[in-house]
Amino acid sequence: MSNPDRFHTIVTIVENKPGVLARVAGLFARRGYNIESLAVAPTNEERFSRITFTVDVESAPLEQVVKQLNKLINVVEIRELPPSECVSRELMLVTVKADSRDRRELMELIDDWRAYVLAENTKKIMLSFSARTARLDEFEECLKPFGIVEMQRTGRVALPLLS
Amino acid sequence: MSDKLRMSGGEALIKALERAHVEVMFGLPGGAILPVYDPIIDSSIRHILVRHEQGAGHMAEGYAHATGRPGVAMVTSGPAATNIVTPLCDAFLDSVPMVCITGQVPLAAIGTDAFQECDTTGITMAVTKHNFLVTEAQDIPRTIRAAFHIATTGRPGPVLVDIPKDIVDPVNPRSVMTWYEATDADMDLPGYHPLTQGDPELIRAAAQLIQTAQRPVLYVGGGILKSRAAEALLELAEMLQIPVVTTLMARGAFPDSHQLCLGMPGMHGNYTAVMAMQESDLLISLGARFDDRVTGKLDGFAPEAKIIHVDIDPAELGKVRKVDVGIQGDCRLVIEDLCAALRELGGAVTPEARRAWRSTLSGWQEKFPLVYEQSEPGHKLKPQYVLEELRDNNPDDTILASGVGQHQMYASQYWRFNHPYTWINSGGLGTMGFSIPAAIGAKVGKPDRRVWAVDGDGCFQMTAQELVTASVENVPIKVALLNNSYLGMVRQWQEMFYDERFSEVYLSENIPDYVKWSEAMGCVGIRVESPEEVAPAITKANAINDRPVVIEFRTDPRENVFPMVPAGKTNSELLVDPSQEHLRR
Ligand SMILES: Cc1ncc(C[n+]2csc(CCOP(=O)(O)OP(=O)(O)O)c2C)c(N)n1
Ligand SMILES: [Mg+2]
Repeated sequence: MSNPDRFHTIVTIVENKPGVLARVAGLFARRGYNIESLAVAPTNEERFSRITFTVDVESAPLEQVVKQLNKLINVVEIRELPPSECVSRELMLVTVKADSRDRRELMELIDDWRAYVLAENTKKIMLSFSARTARLDEFEECLKPFGIVEMQRTGRVALPLLS
Repeated sequence: MSDKLRMSGGEALIKALERAHVEVMFGLPGGAILPVYDPIIDSSIRHILVRHEQGAGHMAEGYAHATGRPGVAMVTSGPAATNIVTPLCDAFLDSVPMVCITGQVPLAAIGTDAFQECDTTGITMAVTKHNFLVTEAQDIPRTIRAAFHIATTGRPGPVLVDIPKDIVDPVNPRSVMTWYEATDADMDLPGYHPLTQGDPELIRAAAQLIQTAQRPVLYVGGGILKSRAAEALLELAEMLQIPVVTTLMARGAFPDSHQLCLGMPGMHGNYTAVMAMQESDLLISLGARFDDRVTGKLDGFAPEAKIIHVDIDPAELGKVRKVDVGIQGDCRLVIEDLCAALRELGGAVTPEARRAWRSTLSGWQEKFPLVYEQSEPGHKLKPQYVLEELRDNNPDDTILASGVGQHQMYASQYWRFNHPYTWINSGGLGTMGFSIPAAIGAKVGKPDRRVWAVDGDGCFQMTAQELVTASVENVPIKVALLNNSYLGMVRQWQEMFYDERFSEVYLSENIPDYVKWSEAMGCVGIRVESPEEVAPAITKANAINDRPVVIEFRTDPRENVFPMVPAGKTNSELLVDPSQEHLRR
């Protein structure tokens, strides 16, 4: 993720009905737009779900994406959040190899980054880490030398800045 | 209507269709939809039994094109649903209001690969404006209301409603429902609010641009017909004295006989219409979408033109070509407001420069009319001649439905369209086989009007079986079949762009025997081979009103459609008829 400004966040409120995610994802595929990341969950109002997309604005005209999404009957609201106008976070769960040799080094790293240890045994440590997407990228790089066993990132979620 | 009425979902479905003012539907029954076919017997709705579900879809489209009311098709699950995918896509691309009901396997069987199960909503997601899978009988009235609402408002389009068998089958307890009259509030469409009124400030900005333009052109698309804006357009054009081009989807939206009408632009448009857009300094696009068949190579399209773009679908504004003023709104309402704004600005002004523009245009019209060479005695008929005779031997308000290919282009070029809703064709998808079922749908919707289908021999062989439907259901359409024994349009491309290497385009001159085939389907069949037989055959066909008529015209396979903008070229590289080539510098 070289240029962070390339990645814009689109927040959509959709009806919480079967098949709606397929409609939205299908639209991206069919119009040739790539979704960088995607996070979906019901909102505080159960009728609606909130889908947060990250899209690469250098590869797709954002305006068309938004307009086409708006045409979907089940899409109730769309908001574009440029990086400068929102707070965004992403969560990562990751299991890293941790044998006795470099375990200390790893524990220091975890401390420095303020990641949480969720579980550990003599061979592995499972961590949770939440921050901006770019920080996740950096942390991931730092973990790689230890050996990543398995990892899941949630994709970016965002809220507009307080006004 | 306050008394509680219990009924089955199937009865409710038919009742909901009646409440939606459906007078006719086109379809073919089968296992999953069977329970809905039973209440049809007692319904006021006329059902037309087709011979292939594709026919049902195109008939619904033809009906919608001709009447402005949504067309309705009903078919069963699985193969029937897949058979109607092509018309759904056709209606989607040409913004045709249509509601399609499909049967589905019972809810409990969904996802088990049951007999005749297919994921109909999944398959049609990309080719419908919206689709529904109904899971409760009680939801049927509100879903049908929502389906018609979505199909007919905003940018019109096809809506599919998939109905599992158990919720309509009276032997199944799941089908029991209490009837209610669905209201708008019942539809529950929190994400659907089409805007129709244009922004007054943008309309004022458009009016100002128009006042100062020197070479303006009104670029009119199918949206004018969808918004019933033909009258408003006439007022605007006459007030401004600005020339009009009508795209393939908009033929008839502005009368061809009008002195301001330049006819059809695009790949096979006439020279003046193409060049007027190309040289224009202001394109006023009304319900058109800058299709690649109109713009040619986009980089070189109308390089000096500013763009005013009016469309009900905001996604069209600026999708293809950057706009200077983009107005979201219903064409009719926006044109009316635009006329008012222009009047406020002191009415139409006619800059001196516009006179030069008008004389440039009429110069082109004189220099580059549509031309073809009449055939030598004993040679094959010219398709253009057949179209001219057809035009001259039929009243102005005849409805013409076309297939896809060379004959479609000749029809659009040589017919004179003077009334809206007299031209029905497959523009966006270019669906071979469209004309016969579409003509049947149009005739069902407008039984007092004469309806001709113009078809090619390739197209005819794709959907001709619907002539059986026409005969049996007593829908006396007429078919002008231009038999050039080729997939002519493809042949033309191979001749021009593939060094005359003809690959898989020859059909056959004598097989099938179109006259016998037509007769076997209950029609009158007539074969015409020489120019002097053309008009008498048309007259004869026009006198027959108790059954369909097919005239097979044997036409010249070597004839090509001109003018032509080769694919990938700019409109300035338009090829005129070879006989006019020396007139281009
Ligand atoms: C369903 C479908 N298949 C293929 C095509 C490609 N195609 C466009 S025009 C054409 C030839 C049509 O032949 P015919 O109906 O004889 O018309 P003609 O061009 O000869 O007038 C073909 C094959 C198409 N448009 N639609
Ligand atoms: Mg042919």
